[in-house]
Amino acid sequence: MIDKIIGSLEAAVADIKDGATVLCAGFGAVGAPDELIDALQAQGARDLVIVANNAGNGRTGLAGLIASGHVRKVICSYPRSTDSTAFDDAYKAGKIELELVPQGTISERMRCAAAGLGGFYSAVGVGTRLAEGKEAREIDGRLYVFEKPLKGDIALLKADRADRWGNLTYRKSARNFNPTMAMAAELSIVQVREVVALGAIDPESVATPGIFIDRIVQLGGKR
Amino acid sequence: MKPLSRRQIAWRAAQDLDDGAYVNLGIGLPTLVADFIPAGREIVFHSENGVLGLGKAPRPGEADSDLINAGKGPASLLPGGSFFHHTDAFLMIRGGHLDYSLLGAFEVSGTGDLANWTTEDPGYPPGVGGAMDLAAGAKEVRVLCEHTTKDGQPRIRHRCIYPLTAAGVVRRVYTNLAVLDIGAEGVLVREMVEGLGIAELQAKTEPKLRLAEDWQVIAAPAV
Repeated sequence: MIDKIIGSLEAAVADIKDGATVLCAGFGAVGAPDELIDALQAQGARDLVIVANNAGNGRTGLAGLIASGHVRKVICSYPRSTDSTAFDDAYKAGKIELELVPQGTISERMRCAAAGLGGFYSAVGVGTRLAEGKEAREIDGRLYVFEKPLKGDIALLKADRADRWGNLTYRKSARNFNPTMAMAAELSIVQVREVVALGAIDPESVATPGIFIDRIVQLGGKR
Repeated sequence: MKPLSRRQIAWRAAQDLDDGAYVNLGIGLPTLVADFIPAGREIVFHSENGVLGLGKAPRPGEADSDLINAGKGPASLLPGGSFFHHTDAFLMIRGGHLDYSLLGAFEVSGTGDLANWTTEDPGYPPGVGGAMDLAAGAKEVRVLCEHTTKDGQPRIRHRCIYPLTAAGVVRRVYTNLAVLDIGAEGVLVREMVEGLGIAELQAKTEPKLRLAEDWQVIAAPAV
């Protein structure tokens, strides 16, 4: 029998190792697996490489993980937000590395890793500082730069509903990076509001098929 | 001579969006364009975090914490709207599926180069977000900005001083003084505010301006 449900946040993140590359979903706070990230902070793995759109805000979730010194490097498109002091302070103090990547390029690099592809040529960033040092190639008269795949050891995700096979649905714009990150890591862990019976999710509505999910933690809470 | 207000710049840009257009509005001044769509036109607004059919900001008490716009503010969805994941959101941007990308700018060059992602403020880490994707990918990129900086320096320059977002992409610029088209023959003045002469506009603009034979006074209502 397939049952990917794990009894606690702590157990779900217990074996994440020092130096792991962790894909953290979310666009700002929406769709971000803050409870899983808090559990990872408590677990204590260090020298983490975080891939996310932003670099956390406030004191919990990604901001907490950065503030407590567990993160060596952040790969993101936009570290600055209304309260991103955890990252800003670590960056100014030279305690954290930043790889800035255009938002769609981060997402497509992960999709490439998920799809078993060796990279892609993109026109985004051509002629800018962020394309410096990248291989350039003209294809049918347009200039592109080569982007490598980006694979995670771990993906930390947030969804609305799951069944025990790991089929997932999301709510509204909380879907954002979750489906791509779910596909792009060796081990994908999702926190969900609700676990439902197998078959209760309309197959036409499954946004992430269970093949991509390894562990599920049910949090409950309001919809 | 009376320059346009920010809302009037947005009003003017909105008049050029044709019925049925798919449009992404950048953060800041371009966001105001949504308030001025002429009656009878259906425009579908795209948000980089996985939304098509973005509606007006929800009334107090009606916001859904899972539904936000690219500026991370509360959003609403119109009938016919849809949600999708980040990789598809940027596929739409990068793959030329959007008719217009309306962006703010620090500077635009006479050949359509755009600088809008960093002022290299040493006090903050850099952030690019979706700016490079939006500048490189849409069918047409249009810019809304003040004609000069706060201290009177031209924003429309021979070459951008700030780091580029994309090279040679901007086709039209709406400022508080004029509507300008950028093409192979340089910068063409389509419209100017009442009482402004071409010599006065030229004095606030670095590249050589040509005045369209059928140029008009911008007839912006008080909005």
